[in-house]
Amino acid sequence: MPGKLKAKIVAGRHLPVMDRASDLTDAFVEVKFGNTTFKTDVFPKSLNPQWNSEWFKFEVDDEDLQDEPLQITVLDHDTYSANDAIGKVYIDIDPLLCTEAASIISGWFPIYDTIHGIRGEINVLVKVELFNDLNRFRQSSCGVKFFCTTSIPRGYRAAMVHGFVEELVVNEDPEYQWIDRIRTPRASNEARQRLISLMSGELQRKIGLKVLEMGGNAVVGYLQCFDLEGESGLVVRAIGTACTLEKQSSGSLVNTHTHPNTAPASNACNSPSKDGKEPVFGEDLPSSSGPPTPFRNLPTSSSSPPPFSPFKPCSRQSSSSDTDLSLTPKTGMGSGGSAGKEAGPLKTLLRQQTQTALEQREFPFFTLTSFPPGFLVHVGGVVSARSVKLLDRIHNPDEPETRDAWWEEIRQEIKSHAKALGCHAVVGYSENTSICEEVCILSASGTAAILNPRYMREGCLDIGSTDQRFDDPSPPSCGFCHIPYDELNMPFPAQLTYCYNCRRQKVPDVLFTTIDLPAEAAVTGKGCLIQARLCRLKKKAQGEVNATAISNLLPFMEYELHTQLMNKLKLRSMNALFGLHIQISVGENMLLGLASATGVYLTALPAPGGIQIAGKTSGDLNNEQHIQAIQKRINDTIAKNKELYQINPPELTEEGVGSPIPEPRHRSRLFRSHSESSDEVSELDLSHGKKDAFVLEIDDTDAVEDIHSLLIDASPPTGFYTCNTETMPGIYNWTTAVQMFTSVRVLRLSNANLSNQSLNKIFTDLCENLLKSFYFKLRSNIPCCLCHLNFTVAVPEEELIQVSVTAVAMTFDKDQTQERFITKGGIETEEQLQFPLELCADSSSTNAQPSSKFSGVPENTIVSPRAASVDYGSFADRCSTWLELLRLKAHTIRRGSVKTSRRTQSLAHSVSSLEHCSPLTEGRPRSLRSSRSFGGSSVTMVKMTPLSFLPGTRIIKYLGIINMFFIRETTSLREEGGVSGFLHSFIAEVFAMVRAHVAALGGNAVVSYSMKDCVLMENPNKNQAQCLINVSGDAVICVRETDQEPMTSMTNIGQTCAADGAT
Amino acid sequence: MAVELDVFVGNTTIMDEEVYQLWLDGYTVNDAVKVRMAGGMLDECEANQDVLLSDTMDQYRTFQMCERLLQSPAKLANQLLFQIPPHRQTMLIERYYAFDDVFVREVLGKKLSKGTKKDLDDIGAKTGVTLKSCRRQFDNFKRVFKVVEELKGPLVENIRQHFLLSDKLARDYAAIVFFANNRFETGKKKLQYLTFQDFAFCAGQLINNWTVGAVDNTVEDMDVDLDKEFLQELKELKILITDKDLLDQHKSLVCTALRGKTKAFAEMEANFKNLSRGLVNIATKLTNTKDVRDFFIDLVEKFIEPCRSDRWTSADIKLYLTHYTNSAHILDSFKHQAVWDRYMGVIKSCIYKMYHD
Repeated sequence: MPGKLKAKIVAGRHLPVMDRASDLTDAFVEVKFGNTTFKTDVFPKSLNPQWNSEWFKFEVDDEDLQDEPLQITVLDHDTYSANDAIGKVYIDIDPLLCTEAASIISGWFPIYDTIHGIRGEINVLVKVELFNDLNRFRQSSCGVKFFCTTSIPRGYRAAMVHGFVEELVVNEDPEYQWIDRIRTPRASNEARQRLISLMSGELQRKIGLKVLEMGGNAVVGYLQCFDLEGESGLVVRAIGTACTLEKQSSGSLVNTHTHPNTAPASNACNSPSKDGKEPVFGEDLPSSSGPPTPFRNLPTSSSSPPPFSPFKPCSRQSSSSDTDLSLTPKTGMGSGGSAGKEAGPLKTLLRQQTQTALEQREFPFFTLTSFPPGFLVHVGGVVSARSVKLLDRIHNPDEPETRDAWWEEIRQEIKSHAKALGCHAVVGYSENTSICEEVCILSASGTAAILNPRYMREGCLDIGSTDQRFDDPSPPSCGFCHIPYDELNMPFPAQLTYCYNCRRQKVPDVLFTTIDLPAEAAVTGKGCLIQARLCRLKKKAQGEVNATAISNLLPFMEYELHTQLMNKLKLRSMNALFGLHIQISVGENMLLGLASATGVYLTALPAPGGIQIAGKTSGDLNNEQHIQAIQKRINDTIAKNKELYQINPPELTEEGVGSPIPEPRHRSRLFRSHSESSDEVSELDLSHGKKDAFVLEIDDTDAVEDIHSLLIDASPPTGFYTCNTETMPGIYNWTTAVQMFTSVRVLRLSNANLSNQSLNKIFTDLCENLLKSFYFKLRSNIPCCLCHLNFTVAVPEEELIQVSVTAVAMTFDKDQTQERFITKGGIETEEQLQFPLELCADSSSTNAQPSSKFSGVPENTIVSPRAASVDYGSFADRCSTWLELLRLKAHTIRRGSVKTSRRTQSLAHSVSSLEHCSPLTEGRPRSLRSSRSFGGSSVTMVKMTPLSFLPGTRIIKYLGIINMFFIRETTSLREEGGVSGFLHSFIAEVFAMVRAHVAALGGNAVVSYSMKDCVLMENPNKNQAQCLINVSGDAVICVRETDQEPMTSMTNIGQTCAADGAT
Repeated sequence: MAVELDVFVGNTTIMDEEVYQLWLDGYTVNDAVKVRMAGGMLDECEANQDVLLSDTMDQYRTFQMCERLLQSPAKLANQLLFQIPPHRQTMLIERYYAFDDVFVREVLGKKLSKGTKKDLDDIGAKTGVTLKSCRRQFDNFKRVFKVVEELKGPLVENIRQHFLLSDKLARDYAAIVFFANNRFETGKKKLQYLTFQDFAFCAGQLINNWTVGAVDNTVEDMDVDLDKEFLQELKELKILITDKDLLDQHKSLVCTALRGKTKAFAEMEANFKNLSRGLVNIATKLTNTKDVRDFFIDLVEKFIEPCRSDRWTSADIKLYLTHYTNSAHILDSFKHQAVWDRYMGVIKSCIYKMYHD
């Protein structure tokens, strides 16, 4: 009997009128947990009842505490007939099971009914008393903390990163049970809500158990999804990264806030102390405001980056050398000796070292998207795998083997792709599905990477110290871009050049990743959202035929999405994509593909060449003129974009410096085109300015369309930036003004005979128009950046395309940005070279000069003309491989899978100098302005953001995970304002319920918020609609950066408004 | 291809004041889009008509969902559905309860009943206010009326607290409630020149001085009903015109004081008895509900019109009424000084307000 749950029902307000005669309600409350139910007295004739009940006590196993929600049902007493339910509240008590999270749940919860929505509020108190459980074979995992945040949560340091955890549970969907035929839809939906709540609880508990087994105490980057498989069942699955987290001492908190420049940098990924020395991440670093040996003062928080290790904690490094090491996170890793040329063998060595540690775990995957400095060594590129499955009934819910096996297969494939890229780990890993009838596409993607072996469990200390001696570390600002694979044995064709930052290692010409831009990365200019959108028609079909058709289409879609991304990237004169997310959604008669990413110009990578248009037939004069016209437009667009995103690569200014390192140049160009006309093409003059160009060939009308679609993407209006990552490079001085929003649009295709081209246009316009609407709606926030723009597409039924977007508009101070930007550029290119790392390592006193910290490597950039062509051939090659693969697998579909997979090259770059964070200092006071409090409200303001932080504030406590699932239905669609009215109020209700739960936990914000599902079904003829929404996030308490206390604007300012008008 | 569904929901509810006003004014979505386009909205953020339409629809939906809360503003502050910063809440409420003077002028003093509501389309057509807006304003009047009807305590304060309105707006509502309750006639042709603000001022005077609440602030309806006792006492003033001596005495006192101070002296002297009879008769008849309703028309007919035809200036009116009131105190045989002051205080300020040069 390891736990006692106590609940008290205090009062209700704004209840609906249940008795028409009196215009009042006789309300009472049922409180249910597990199989035990308590009732309050009836409070007669009031819309604002005061029950003030006793404490209802439930004595339960902690296993149940984790699985079950507390169910509160408000009813209207009726003497003669059955009592009418007013609505329900489900309270997840998990946050109370963790000592560090919330200690009491107390507040007003909206009373929710699946038909009527929110019907008044109820005030509830909930507490849990846990007894120590000494049972070693326990089934519960109380105390394991869960975070949706995909980085190490602020205020914590990762003592160890254990790795991937996954679990799935299946059940029959109540909606598809036989009983559904006789019960009301409302009862079905309530059963579903309850079931899913239970299943999430169970899933979380099981994951927790795995974490405990691994020796961890937390799951970071927890991602839970539902697969509504219809008749074949309901799958709830989750993945995450197990960690051992340690709370930062409060001393360090104080420290941080003494230095003001951390300010805007509360930005997720920057852990920006001005001296940039601590590799711990999380915002509350034990940072020393002054240079003198901070680590001695705070021995407990050795700032070494988290070692990751599967099972047992590795001894904490306390030796001074380790500490020093941590100051220069890149140290351990770099490939190559000082000359940087013999990278190959060293890389192999490195791989061997890390492999030993990583091979032990089945899947060296990490759901994290941003990392402590030094964690990420090299990034290979995006790896992804998809597989098409036919759903069949889940016969035994207790052993969901099929689904497990499916995912296992996919993960294996991802793993092998990563290996092919010379990487031993996958970061920024995520999984998702798209289901249409009985066909299901499972997708997984991530970024292949090499992680620092120093953080591996085995022998990490030794490796660390030796490496440090004679390894020439890559500078943090570019190290991650350096290729992890063998130059001579590349997994795919790519153009390699020497790194433009350190000039020692090879980098690819473009880099695609699914992770966030590392804080240390050296970036030129600003970034922007880049999307590739694609529609492909397919014939309606059933079963295997359908699955085959889909899997045949997939590789083409991926290829085209990739091409679009590449073109758009070049058009913006950028060379890397972060946060890449490719979604392929299946409908009855079409497939939709949407790839979103944030493009940036990585200083370490070569400048992208322009785009050259080539005509297929050179004789036609008209054609020629046409081509010239298009070429001009493209060139103009590129020039405009360069200006817009302030892309002025430093190389231009350094022309005179000369390069000490001989540089491979004039590599023979490859101008293979994917069509047969490649010969002609290669004869054209392809040079574009100094650089070699990327060739687009116009050989038919399709190509013309493609180019047009390339050009119609409007850039955001002045004052707006967009990205789908946590923050935008080049902007730091955020104000505290944030506006999170969700927008959903559904388009009905009226014309049945659309071509692929016109469909594409429709789809592209849909996305572009959504963005335009956002700009307009949020115009009062200018200057601002739409961050974490997360687009989700679906084909809810034939002829319908649904796009849902959740994002946050963050305002920043314009003037300061400009200054900062300039400063930053300056610092970056200046010296900082001559300080070999050893210097830092030798004596901590060196630290006194903040600017020297990240010194490292000369960074003269290569200036001269280079061969920067991207060749289409590689794609073609890959494409044909897919086709082969498909052919091979085609006959294996039978209730199994057809899978296609692919890899994309990319590089990531890593640690960049932190120094550009320092100029942030002045930003602070002004940004606080906007958060002044307005008095008088009795409702706590709760901020929500999809990011892991709120600008200008510090998270002082994580209160637990929010994971909620709601269903809403209506049988009076027209009366509720049609589908738009219906969904509008439902989304508003979901927000309200999330806010209420957070407030009841004592929080004032939700970070890492996401809406994972929004499934809308409508039947306007019957005047009906139904919608399911699943949201999650981390409830937190945050304070203004300068305050100790929770933000005044967010706390309860008491003073309830005078008597209710209703009474 | 048609947009089947299009919604945008912010964690903090986004509400554009301009669109809110268009909604309040009863514009349809399409008309609102036209107005916004004409207002130069297209230049902002590269918007186009579709963007404006989508934005306007979203906002209209939000306002419709909010409307229920706006009807009992206290709920707006502690509801959970919309997260609206308090200063925005204040703006929403204030604007929702704001009304058009031309409209309120039409219904002022009318019974806030279904019958009147049926006439709203005529009123709308006459005043140029959309029917939708008329309905909102009318329903607001009715709602406020219903709520305060049953409350004790000062009228203005009750309205302010229950509907979270600004002091100015609460006073205007008090006037509307007061007029509706006493059914003052305001629609006669002779009264057409008076604005709502003129009447609101007079209502304020009456509420502060002539209601039960002016003497006792614990009774129900204290600010809505006139003080019956006081109305009875007013009958005593009749002596000022029935007693010939008193009337002459009064006249000579006033004339002495006025002589040489105004160009209109001759007319004042000539009209004194008429005017005095007019004012005192109004006072003595106020016990009849019918005559209460005609209070303003009587003031105009019995006092303001004669003065206006003699071309008195406002200053003349002020001078005359001051001396007229004060001189009564010197009359030895006139014993009703308190009632006189309570009566003339209000009459004086009402006439000042109602006398437009």
